[in-house]
Amino acid sequence: MELITQLLIAAMAAGTPLLFATLGGILVERSGIIQLGTEGLMLMGAVTAAMTFLATASLPLTVLMVLLVTGLMGAFHAFLTVTLRANQIVSGLAMTLFGAGLSAYLGKKITGIPLQGAVPKIDLGWLDPVPILGPVLGHLDVFTWASLVLVVLMTLYLYHTSWGLHLRAVGDNPATADVMGIRVQVFRYGCVILGSMLMGLGGANLLMVFSPTWIEGMTAGRGWIAIALIIFARWNPLYALAAAYFFGLLDSLGFRLQLAGSPIPPYFLKMIPYLLTIAVLIFVGWRTKHKLSGSPMALGVPYIREQRF
Amino acid sequence: MNQRGKFRLEIDPSGKESPWWVTVLAVVLAFGLVAVFIAATGKNPGAVYAKMLGGAFGTEFGLTETLVKAIPLMLCGLGVSLAYRIQVWNIGAEGQFVAGALAATAVTIYLPGLPFWIALPLMLTVGMLAGAVWGLFTALPKVLFNVNELIISLMLNYVALLALDFFVFGPWRDPAGMNFPGTRPFTAEESLPVLGATRLHFGLILGLLAVALAAAFVKTTRWGYELRLIGANPEAARHAGINIRGHIVVVMLLSGGLAGIAGMAEVSGVTHRLLYGISPGYGYTAIIVAWIARLNPFGIVVSAVLFGGLIVGGYSVQTLGLPSSISSLLQGSVLFFLIAGSILGKVRVRWN
Repeated sequence: MELITQLLIAAMAAGTPLLFATLGGILVERSGIIQLGTEGLMLMGAVTAAMTFLATASLPLTVLMVLLVTGLMGAFHAFLTVTLRANQIVSGLAMTLFGAGLSAYLGKKITGIPLQGAVPKIDLGWLDPVPILGPVLGHLDVFTWASLVLVVLMTLYLYHTSWGLHLRAVGDNPATADVMGIRVQVFRYGCVILGSMLMGLGGANLLMVFSPTWIEGMTAGRGWIAIALIIFARWNPLYALAAAYFFGLLDSLGFRLQLAGSPIPPYFLKMIPYLLTIAVLIFVGWRTKHKLSGSPMALGVPYIREQRF
Repeated sequence: MNQRGKFRLEIDPSGKESPWWVTVLAVVLAFGLVAVFIAATGKNPGAVYAKMLGGAFGTEFGLTETLVKAIPLMLCGLGVSLAYRIQVWNIGAEGQFVAGALAATAVTIYLPGLPFWIALPLMLTVGMLAGAVWGLFTALPKVLFNVNELIISLMLNYVALLALDFFVFGPWRDPAGMNFPGTRPFTAEESLPVLGATRLHFGLILGLLAVALAAAFVKTTRWGYELRLIGANPEAARHAGINIRGHIVVVMLLSGGLAGIAGMAEVSGVTHRLLYGISPGYGYTAIIVAWIARLNPFGIVVSAVLFGGLIVGGYSVQTLGLPSSISSLLQGSVLFFLIAGSILGKVRVRWN
C-alpha cells in the first residue's frame, strides 16, 4: 500500500509536465495543425518562469509571463502555418531550435540558482485516511490540480459541447466545416496559441515543481516525448492523463533504481524513457496498421478556401 | 478569408521557389532580431557582430577553425538533405554522428597498434556503418509500421549520447587521464592527416568528395530522378510504381552513413580521442545548413562554412561576457525567417 502510494506520487510529479505538454499538443493537433515546437516552448516556459520568479517572487505574475511569452511564440507559429501556410514541420523545428538557443542565452545568468517555495501545495490532510489515493490527493501542488482540472475541461469541451464538435470538424474536414459556417482559421489560431501556452506551462511546471533549478536544455527531450504521447493517447485528453503518468512512473522508477544502487549503469537507466517512447510508437503503429489511429484526418494539411490545383 | 477589400492574397502552391535574395534577407533579419536580444542584455550588437566576424574569418587561425567546424556540418547537412528530398524528416544526425565516433573509437580501443593504412580505412568503414545502422533504426519503424521518423530519430539521439557518456565515463576512460571523461589519445597512425601546422584535416576532402558524388548521383542517375519525383509528388511517384519504402531505407542508410563519417572524422581528425560532449550540436545545426542551401549539395558547402563561422564566432564573443549559445539563437532565427520567406515566391497579390 505504502509503496503504491509512493510510486503514484512519483509518477504524478514526473508525469505532470508531460501531461501539460501533451494536452497542449492535443489541442493544437485537433485543429489540424502540427506543432513540433514543444521542446522549444517548454524550454522557453521554464526559463521565463525562472527569470520572472527570481525577479518578482510572485507565482501569478510568473504564470502570466509564461503564458504571454509562449502565447506569442504560438501566435507566430499560427501566422506561419495558418496564414502563410508554411511547412508546419519546419516551422516547428525552427521553434524548437530557436527556443533552445534563446532559453540558453537568457538563462545563462540564472543557471544553477534554486527556486524555493515557488508553488504552494493544497493541503487536504483530512483525505489521508482514504487508502492509497488519500495521501496522494491530499498534498498536491497547484500545478498538478490545474492539470487535472484541465483534463476534465478539455474532455467536456471536445466531446460534450458544440464548440468541441466544431473543433473536431475543423481538424477532420476543414472544407466541410467552412461550408457549415465554422471559422476554420479562427479555431486554428486559437488552438495553436492556447496549446502552445499549455506547452509553456509544462516547462514552467517542470522547473518550478519537478526540478526547481534552471539548467540549459533541462527538458531533455520531454517535448518530443509529449509529441509521442499525443499519438499514444489517440488525441484524447483522458488517455493523455494515463499515458503521461505511465511515462512519469517509468522515469521515476529508473531514478529510484539508480538511488537504490542498482548494478545497471545509470546511463542505461536514463535511456528508459527514450527507448520506451520508441517502443510505444512501434506498438501503436503495429496496432493501427490497418485501422484508424484516431488522428485528425486533416492533420498537417493547410486549408485554403477555393484552393486551385 | 483573405478578402480584405482592395486586394487579396493568393497562395499558388505550384508557385516558383522564392528568389535567392530571400535567403540573404532571412539571414539579415535573423541578425537584426538577435541584435535586439543582445541590446537587451546591455551589449552593443555592432561590436558583438564585428567580434564574431573577426573571430570566424578575420585570422588564419579563425578561418581554418571555421573550416574545421564546417566539415561535420557539411557531411551531416548533406546526409539530412538527402532524406529531406523525399520528405523523410531525419533529425537524428546528432545521434548518427555519435554512433560513427563511437564505432571509430572502438577500433582504436579493441584493435590497438594497427598501421595507418589499415586503421584509418577500417575506422572510416565502421564509423560509416555505425551511422548507417543508427539511421536504419529510424527507417525500419517508418517503413514497417508507419511510425513518425521525427520522434524516433530524436529519441535515438538521446540514446546515442547516453551511450557515449557510458563509454567515456566508464570502460573506455583513459586511466592516465586524471578522471577526465575521454579515451586515451589516438596514435598518429589512428589520426587523419592534417594540413601543415593547422587543425584542418583530411575530412574536408571526404566532405567535398561526398558532396560532388551526391550531386552527380542525384542529377544523373535513375535513383536521383526517382528521389526528385518522390519529392515533387509522392502520390504520383507511388502510382508510377516507384518503391517509396525502398527509397526511404536507402536514403536513411546514406543519411546516417554520412553523419557517421563526420563522427569518425571528428575524433580521428580534430579531437584525436573520444570525448564527453564530442558534438556541440552539429547534427541540429546541420538541419539548418541543409535547409538554407535548399537541399542543394553545393549550396550545403557554402552554408556549412557560414555556420561553421557562426560557431567559431560564438566562441569568440565569450570574451565579451556573452554566452556562446548566441550562435544557436542565431541559427534558430535564421531558420524562422527562412520559412516565412520561402512562401514569398508563392504569394500573389491581386488588386481588385
